[in-house]
Amino acid sequence: MGRQTRAAMFQQPGCAINQSKPEHQRAKGCSPRSLVPGAAAGGCAFDGSKIALQPITDAAHLVHGPIACEGNSWDSRNSQSSGPTLYRTGFTTDLGEMDIIQGGERRLYRAIKEIVQRHAPPAVFVYTTCVPALIGDDVEAVCAAAAERLGTPVIPVNAPGFAGSKNLGNRLAGEALLKHVIGTVEPDWRTPRDINIIGDYNVSGELWQVTPLLKRLGIRVLASISGDARYREVATAHRARATMVVCSQAMVAMARSLQQDYGIPYFEGSFHGIGETSSALTRMAELLVRQGAPPSLIGLTQDLIAEEEAKAWDRLEPYLPRLAGKRVLLYTGGVKSWSMISALQELGMTVVGTSVRKSTEDDKDRIRDLMGEDAEMFGQIPAKELWRRLTSGEADILLSGGRTQFTALKTKTPWVDVNQERHHAYAGYVGMANLAQQIDSALHHPIWAQVRAPAPWEGAEAAP
Amino acid sequence: MTAIIGNGKAATTNPARSSAPLGGAMAFLGIDRCLPLFHGSQGCTAFALVLMVRHFREAIPLQTTAMGELSTILGGAENVEEAISNIRQRAAPRLIGLCSTALTETRGEDAFGDLRLMRERHPEWSDMAVVLASTPDYAGGLQEGWATAVEAVIAEMVPEGRPDPSPLQVNVLPGSHLTPGDVEELRDIVAAFGLEPIVLPDLSGSLDGHVPRQYVPTTLGGTEVDDIPRMGASAVTLAIGEQMRPAAELLERRAGVPVRVFDRLVGLRPVDAFIAALSEISGRPVPANLRRQRSRLVDAMLDGHFYFAGRNVAIAADADLLLSLGGFLADMGCTLQAAVSTTASSALERVPADSVVIGDLDDLERAGAGTDLIVAHSHGRLAAEHLGVPLYRVGFPVFDRLGAAARVTIGYRGTRDLIFRIGNILIEGHEGHESPGHGSMERAHDGIAEAPLAVD
Repeated sequence: MGRQTRAAMFQQPGCAINQSKPEHQRAKGCSPRSLVPGAAAGGCAFDGSKIALQPITDAAHLVHGPIACEGNSWDSRNSQSSGPTLYRTGFTTDLGEMDIIQGGERRLYRAIKEIVQRHAPPAVFVYTTCVPALIGDDVEAVCAAAAERLGTPVIPVNAPGFAGSKNLGNRLAGEALLKHVIGTVEPDWRTPRDINIIGDYNVSGELWQVTPLLKRLGIRVLASISGDARYREVATAHRARATMVVCSQAMVAMARSLQQDYGIPYFEGSFHGIGETSSALTRMAELLVRQGAPPSLIGLTQDLIAEEEAKAWDRLEPYLPRLAGKRVLLYTGGVKSWSMISALQELGMTVVGTSVRKSTEDDKDRIRDLMGEDAEMFGQIPAKELWRRLTSGEADILLSGGRTQFTALKTKTPWVDVNQERHHAYAGYVGMANLAQQIDSALHHPIWAQVRAPAPWEGAEAAP
Repeated sequence: MTAIIGNGKAATTNPARSSAPLGGAMAFLGIDRCLPLFHGSQGCTAFALVLMVRHFREAIPLQTTAMGELSTILGGAENVEEAISNIRQRAAPRLIGLCSTALTETRGEDAFGDLRLMRERHPEWSDMAVVLASTPDYAGGLQEGWATAVEAVIAEMVPEGRPDPSPLQVNVLPGSHLTPGDVEELRDIVAAFGLEPIVLPDLSGSLDGHVPRQYVPTTLGGTEVDDIPRMGASAVTLAIGEQMRPAAELLERRAGVPVRVFDRLVGLRPVDAFIAALSEISGRPVPANLRRQRSRLVDAMLDGHFYFAGRNVAIAADADLLLSLGGFLADMGCTLQAAVSTTASSALERVPADSVVIGDLDDLERAGAGTDLIVAHSHGRLAAEHLGVPLYRVGFPVFDRLGAAARVTIGYRGTRDLIFRIGNILIEGHEGHESPGHGSMERAHDGIAEAPLAVD
């Protein structure tokens, strides 16, 4: 990718990181941390771009690269659809040696054509990976030519892996939408309560734990970017009255552009936890009223919050005594850190430490507010350190993603999945009960007493 | 004669193939105190890592040279050097298994030359082995990457020249289509003849799912690094799967160890051939327990053959696994209605199907309409859902079922278990909707108990 584009990606004066920096540093903007060979972990920019866009359920998602990029990663996330399933189909140009020698453009064009002819999707997203970027395939030109000849939007997403982190990929995906998609379709009708939700990918159907609430308030999700999305809805995002950003750092740039280009104000919020959900709904209502929605929306929202909070606490009641005072180690990132902390505190649990890998300064301030000044925040924990923390017994349970799952289990520590592959939905008032139930089940599972006890012949020497 | 055909598509749709570097890393994971390292962007490592974690349900040691934009333009040798130094310091492995990727191979880096120069600059590296496998993603798949890594280990670590042979020592080179459970079974069978196997790689020691007492940053268990140079002294090399032939032949060229390739260890006749060979190599008769196991397999074939007869199966797998399981299913009376291989191989000519398509799971789905059973890895679930046909999960990755690594399908015992498992799926599928041909056979079978015995 061009250096200029990349530099531009990091000039986000509105980004929380930059805002929180002292004046003299601010001009530099933020840049991706350089990765240490032999001691790095995490996904690449392509990964990030795919995470952000693949939940657009009726589009075809074509990965232009050798087999590894799609073959090793497809069909692994749990983004749900209420209808179309084309997004689950893994498409790749699967570049071979000859394609690399001769250039991959011809194969790319043929692949797009095959997909359009066979599946007639409303759009094809084409993801550039390292190899075509390196050999200089003009992906944008192929996409433009294909779109014209085939009469279907073909959107280039230029986020090859070597460009940087997953986070950068999220942003580049947002850029692709702004440049090629948003503003190309007008909604059939408009309401003063149309919103965009950016950064929720409907993992395990979390979006559906929230949309019924919005429906009761007469709020319409005009464009979800991109959980359970349809292409044409995404394309109408420029007509929303307000935007909610659910995962702060990654997609805030996109919300900012929508504000700049189309005057759509945004706020950052979360649907994890009772208090956070209520706060998000309140801010959404206030923002919409300021944008011209009837002022009665605020009262309506307050009524709904009161009713739903009461129900939510009722549902939590059986779990609270069982979770009270239990210590949690939270290993996730970004907005999830603070929103999860507040949810866990509502359950009466103690968060003994949290990772802030992808969190902004803003996020960190909120964590300090919630956990107190001496809150332990850490970045990447090497597996060895994680092992030490867990075996030392400083936490009763680890909440993290699949990558650290087996480190936790080997130390015989209860574990609950809070990342992308999770199979339970924890959003909104309903999701809280699911979270409580999952944590309760993990903590009080009958296996712990069995697997922690040494074998009879091991005598006093304790098992790990 | 089996026709081997391409799918002619520009868009691979629902890929069946995993990448070659992933296969290379998996092979390195079968060596004790090893740390595999991808020379590529960190995404290459992240995807392979996550997929192996989900399949094996284990923490997987795997590192990256973390190629960025700048190093991609200027060359990645510095990244390799820094990565190896960092890993040596932090993890102190006995072996670093370096796998190239499409990114670095497309750049045309002379990784072998670079590595030689690095070694000269770093005499302190002499306390560990560094093996480089050339595994560009654009050529081959998991199986080829695995085989390349094993070849690279032999080229790097087995000295040239024929040492004094140890008549009881044998090399066993299992292909990527064997699970850790299979490898353990294989070693037990070989050892039952009093032979001393050196198994390379040995996933049964490292990825068998055990709970270690402390944290280890490398693999824990697997082929002992010190055993590898001794492989030249073995009486014979037993290569399991066509994919392991080049590695075995390399050993033969380097140290004069004769080669025997066994392309299948699933099914009565192939296992018989293997057992007979072991008996001949060891000069010992077949032990009683193996004879008993054979008899049990024969009995299971007799009990089970009704349910396999005339059933149509659609199967997609890496070439050697395809031959192994496709051959078994045909032996049991099934018809391979569709056979899809991820890559080309001479093994495919022996797959008992009219044709084998080198393709993807979309090819499987299209050719698999109306079959009784789909045999593929976990991604086959989409095809199975669409066609409404049961899926029997095999190979890699299997991320949505427990115990993929522990499953044994080789030898007499493994084959018998496989008959039971697949047979039960076919019985279950059949209970809902009886097809006339099969139904009559089942009635005949059920009728045995009630039929008056013909007594003279």
